[in-house]
Amino acid sequence: MRLSWFNTISLTLGFAFLYLPMVILVIYSFNESKLVTVWAGFSTKWYGELLKNEEFLDAAWVTIRVAAMSSTLATVLGTLAAYVLVRAGRFAGRTLFSGMIYAPLVMPEVITGLSLLLLFIGLDIDRGVMTIVLAHTTFSMCYVSVVVSSRLASFDTSLEEAALDLGASPLNAFFLVTLPIIAPAVIAGWLLAFTLSLDDLVIASFTTGPSATTLPIKIFSAVRLGVSPEINALSTLMIVVVTVGVIVASLATKRAAVARAREELAVERS
Amino acid sequence: MYRRLLIAVPYLWLLLLFLVPFGIVLKISLSDLALARPPYLPQIDVSKGWEGIANFLAGLDFENYIWLTEDDLYWKAYLSSLRIASISTALTLLVGYPLAYSMARAPREWQPTLVMLVILPFWTSFLIRVYAWIGILSTEGYLNQFLMSVGIIDVPLKILNTNTAVYIGIVYTYLPFMVLPIYAALERLDGSLLEAAEDLGSSRAGAFWLITWPLSRPGVVAGCFLVFIPVIGEFVIPSLLGGSGTLMIGKVLWEEFFSNRDWPVASAVAIVLLLILVIPIVLFQRNEDRAREAER
Repeated sequence: MRLSWFNTISLTLGFAFLYLPMVILVIYSFNESKLVTVWAGFSTKWYGELLKNEEFLDAAWVTIRVAAMSSTLATVLGTLAAYVLVRAGRFAGRTLFSGMIYAPLVMPEVITGLSLLLLFIGLDIDRGVMTIVLAHTTFSMCYVSVVVSSRLASFDTSLEEAALDLGASPLNAFFLVTLPIIAPAVIAGWLLAFTLSLDDLVIASFTTGPSATTLPIKIFSAVRLGVSPEINALSTLMIVVVTVGVIVASLATKRAAVARAREELAVERS
Repeated sequence: MYRRLLIAVPYLWLLLLFLVPFGIVLKISLSDLALARPPYLPQIDVSKGWEGIANFLAGLDFENYIWLTEDDLYWKAYLSSLRIASISTALTLLVGYPLAYSMARAPREWQPTLVMLVILPFWTSFLIRVYAWIGILSTEGYLNQFLMSVGIIDVPLKILNTNTAVYIGIVYTYLPFMVLPIYAALERLDGSLLEAAEDLGSSRAGAFWLITWPLSRPGVVAGCFLVFIPVIGEFVIPSLLGGSGTLMIGKVLWEEFFSNRDWPVASAVAIVLLLILVIPIVLFQRNEDRAREAER
């Protein structure tokens, strides 16, 4: 099938619109000049400046720690919640439970942030890394559970039942049968939770204290003063890391899918 | 036994960190500011038993809500958020539909790559994607430089810190949410229907209006809600790209909280915002249920 001129133009314009701003950002991060909009030759000096900037490095470290802790916790809780939603059948308060899983997905961030801050103040908890972790875990576990529950709902329960019939304890059946099957969704959920946490400005601003500043908070306060070459360099680094990560992850899942298809074919033939 | 424990862990987590905080917001929105810091009046005096609870309830009032109707900043901000969300949803549809349509028409073997290219920006930081536009739209920015060097304009346009910049930012960041559901609907479309229409004498445009558009409607509706709902409470885009004239409720709530430190009013703003959001969310849910039933 050949593309019509209309389709060619709309694909070109559409993707140019999506990618041009980021391409410009990346190019100008190598700009020698302090004036970001004037090109003055190629240089990597802003990357050097960035690596010398203690504040940014500290913020990056806080952000990575928060993201690692909250995404791991969210994956455990979210998988558990998905399992309860799909497999636990009826129980008292089920409607409320599924409501609490879906509501945070549509809740404006300003409200989530405000309500959690009021809770932490009410309980008199010192705000810092731990409170951001709690906040991020709460909203990202909902995303994880949505991703995992769609995978759980689509696979054959007879596999679990067979394991139970053959004498596996429920715990063993979960770890030996269910978990390997839903693993791709669990990993996808973890990645989603990790990037949501890396990216979050609003909820972190509400729930943090003076002791912990995350990278988005730092970037936001710097950006309010205008464009700076250091932020361009930092943005470029973040774009590169995410792009490489997504491409590697998609290649890995593709390879896993091919391997699984081959295995199934081999089983059928034998 | 296992089962109870399994249910209890995520359940209690969400109760404590989602529902309880929400109750606190509701309570504070009905309270009065006491010396600009918590605890707010009234407080529950548990030692007095039922009488304490009754006193607590009697002390709550709708003062903050009445305040919201009296000061025109708030209702103007709600209306302006709704207007900005509607206009930008329409603009996103205008940009997103042709893109989704052409993706669905592209050769089969390209389509997974095209879909990934639409999703990829979603994984990159939202803040950075908004930030990228500051450099483009500012007075001495790349867009003005380009337009002036080509000779289209002599005086730089003021785009940054206006509503136009907010619209551009919203369309840019929310485009994947619009494109993906429309693409999903169009991709399933049976090409032979279009051929049949053309064989029977329908023009290209006629076939589009009679077949493609109605069949893509569920995707369009889903995409519009996915853009409209989060945009109403948007904070980052209006505060970075918008100007002093850009009024959005997410920004008002943030300022009420961080600058004015008036928590009861901020809480009341939040509750009203949620009440406004309930309508589109319920409509969206109904649309999704209907689409699911149609598939069966």
